[in-house]
Amino acid sequence: MADKPRIKLPKEAKKGEIIQIKTLVSHLMESGQRKDAQGKPIPRKIINKFTCEFNGKPVFSCVLEPAISANPYIQFDARVDEEGTFKFAWTDDDGSVLTAEEKIALKA
Amino acid sequence: AGTTRAFAQQKLTEKELLAFDPVGNVTLVHVTDIHGQLMPLYFREPSTNLGVGDAKGQPPHVTGKDFLTRFGVAPGSSSAYALTSEDFEALAKTYGRIGGLDRAATIIKAIRAERGDKVVLLDGGDTWQGSWSSLKTRGQDMIDCMALLKPDAMTGHWEFTYGTERVKQAVDGLGFPFLGLNIRDTEWNEPAFEASTMIERGGVKIAVLGQAFPYTPVANPRWMIPNWSFGVREEDVQTQVDKARKDGAGLVVLLSHNGFDVDRKLASRVKGLDVILTGHTHDALPEAVKVGKTLLIASGSSGKFVSRLDLDVKDGEVKGYRYKLIPLFSDVITPDPAMAAKIAEVRKPFAAYLARPLGRTETLLYRRGNFNGTFDDLICQALLQERDAEIALSPGFRWGTSVMPGQDITFEDVTNATAITYPAVYRTGMTGTRLKEIIEDVADNLFNVDPYYQQGGDMVRIGGMSYAIDVNKPQGQRISDMRLIKTGAAIDPSREYQVAGWASVNEGTQGPPIWEVVSSYLQRQKTVRLEPNRAVKVSGV
Amino acid sequence: FVALTVLPMAANAEPGNDAAEMIKKFTGGKEATKGKITLDLPEIAENGNTVPLALTVESPMTAENYVKEVLFVADGNPNAGVATLMFTPMSGKAEASIRIRLAQTQNVIAVAKMSDGSLFTERKTVKVTIGGCGG
Ligand SMILES: [Mn+2]
Ligand SMILES: [Mn+2]
Repeated sequence: MADKPRIKLPKEAKKGEIIQIKTLVSHLMESGQRKDAQGKPIPRKIINKFTCEFNGKPVFSCVLEPAISANPYIQFDARVDEEGTFKFAWTDDDGSVLTAEEKIALKA
Repeated sequence: AGTTRAFAQQKLTEKELLAFDPVGNVTLVHVTDIHGQLMPLYFREPSTNLGVGDAKGQPPHVTGKDFLTRFGVAPGSSSAYALTSEDFEALAKTYGRIGGLDRAATIIKAIRAERGDKVVLLDGGDTWQGSWSSLKTRGQDMIDCMALLKPDAMTGHWEFTYGTERVKQAVDGLGFPFLGLNIRDTEWNEPAFEASTMIERGGVKIAVLGQAFPYTPVANPRWMIPNWSFGVREEDVQTQVDKARKDGAGLVVLLSHNGFDVDRKLASRVKGLDVILTGHTHDALPEAVKVGKTLLIASGSSGKFVSRLDLDVKDGEVKGYRYKLIPLFSDVITPDPAMAAKIAEVRKPFAAYLARPLGRTETLLYRRGNFNGTFDDLICQALLQERDAEIALSPGFRWGTSVMPGQDITFEDVTNATAITYPAVYRTGMTGTRLKEIIEDVADNLFNVDPYYQQGGDMVRIGGMSYAIDVNKPQGQRISDMRLIKTGAAIDPSREYQVAGWASVNEGTQGPPIWEVVSSYLQRQKTVRLEPNRAVKVSGV
Repeated sequence: FVALTVLPMAANAEPGNDAAEMIKKFTGGKEATKGKITLDLPEIAENGNTVPLALTVESPMTAENYVKEVLFVADGNPNAGVATLMFTPMSGKAEASIRIRLAQTQNVIAVAKMSDGSLFTERKTVKVTIGGCGG
């Protein structure tokens, strides 16, 4: 997982507003069902979990299987009741975790 | 058709073609699926156009004598010639060529002169592709000519086969919107084209929503437009209708390239659409089809027709309408001089090259029909012979002009049936099992009972092999009795056959362009004679 | 038209993978009612390797009444599992989009578990085609 995750969300929201969040990470999502040129099975290596928290509280998460496309795209919503920080985490089969953060302010 | 051409033409005048008892405060003028055809042409409508499920026997799935009866068209009349395949060869002698964008210009000018600021002109797409000059100029010939007509909006399908960069550049230079509410970028899933345009005419705010061909990346090479995703997106259509009404639209029009059956289903499910100007399936219907409160218009193809729909719009509702599908009899309509000059100008670099005769045909060459057309049979013969194959596959495109018996087949005729941006003729081994899979797959794209799963072409044309098809069966069970014509032997599922074909949607397909293969076949043959095709046995009709 | 396309993943999976078992495990054997779920999937996939899937579940998404989990399975892939989405009241809406792989024409099935334990389901057939041709 080399590239930085890309995230789209508004910089600010009204209190109580529901915003849309879009995330994209670069990842092959090797399904474990393919074979290499020698006919040897290529081991599975996917992002198997994604979580999003806001100010430490869970907003949305998902468990992913090999049927998720390469470069996983995940779009969901979040209700913003206060200003704060979204934390995003993608867990790889190899145990590594890719993280990102985005701040959001409240509109006056 | 015992009448002489002169006699028939006495009865047919430009004035008559234009005759219209006007109604209301808005006139929609619609052209669609011109497919690069700037000049008058022969175009035989299909003799077979089957509908399945709810569409069975419903227009546009009515052909020949049934069509004449259904719409009250007199056999042998100019309308019978324009709208059906009945007596086509005889009537073509009587009524001559049809179409030509200079004739369309004359008709559109006349409608504008009569109806002034009530007129909206909409182009349903498949405009920039289908001829050699369009291919060579990447659609610029059509763009330059259409510009003289000043359309208010267009949508598209084959336009996208020029690739992302060309489409973007061309759209930027149009001067009117290219609409596609159903196109999104594949990365962020955001709208990639304008969804709609609001036009005020006759005191009415008219919302025109554009729907590009939903299956462009399936029916045509996806690799040419990797960043765009299409689809029917029925909910997005509803969202746009609701938005248009909220923005004060008194009339909501869908300029659609869905294909007729998809639009019929869409009309039954999306609320608030007043008119759908249909396209893609190339149907020419002399009457509007009403689905609930929605009027469906089908304006034909190849530049043969201009549609005029007058609407009486009051309080956000259509109170009345009158419709005419105007056939452009080229001998009867005075060409618009400015358009004629522009057409000559854009064709000039290619005219001499296109006029080269390659051979002669003793029989009518046409393409339209669900299962075969003689022009495709000719292409399949060329594929079999020039590429030394056992079986030939040719796509079920619905564009392509007709050539009359006794006429020379020019390079222009060949390219009118073949001018695409992915023309390579491949030759490959395919097992009987694989062949069946392919034919079943295409059959389901045409005969799936749910129109949203249809793609709107005709069946793949097959040379060297016969088969039977039951259109009412589900996918995987429609095709049977596949046989090699030469030997009569049943196709062996496990044997590999040498197959030649063209228009592969796969990137990197190798081979000579199809027009070269057909040209060299014709030059060798000198004269061709296409007997009626009996290789496909159809049941379940 | 094309003759040469290879369908994504192993195209030999038969319906009858572990879809039914996965659903049973998720629901604890309880019946799921059709409704409340809208699945936005293309009728025909442009590319079986990346099929956009959008989900909407009708729910007020309050602390008392919200969508907890949504299971997605595909009944024609080598393995039925696709994803399990977990919402909270802070999600605001029970809406999400992902992109999935479909080896062949098949059904995508969603089962939603609400905070009160009730279950809803919806399915849609996505056609994975060789492609080609056109009008
Ligand atoms: Mn089309
Ligand atoms: Mn067309």
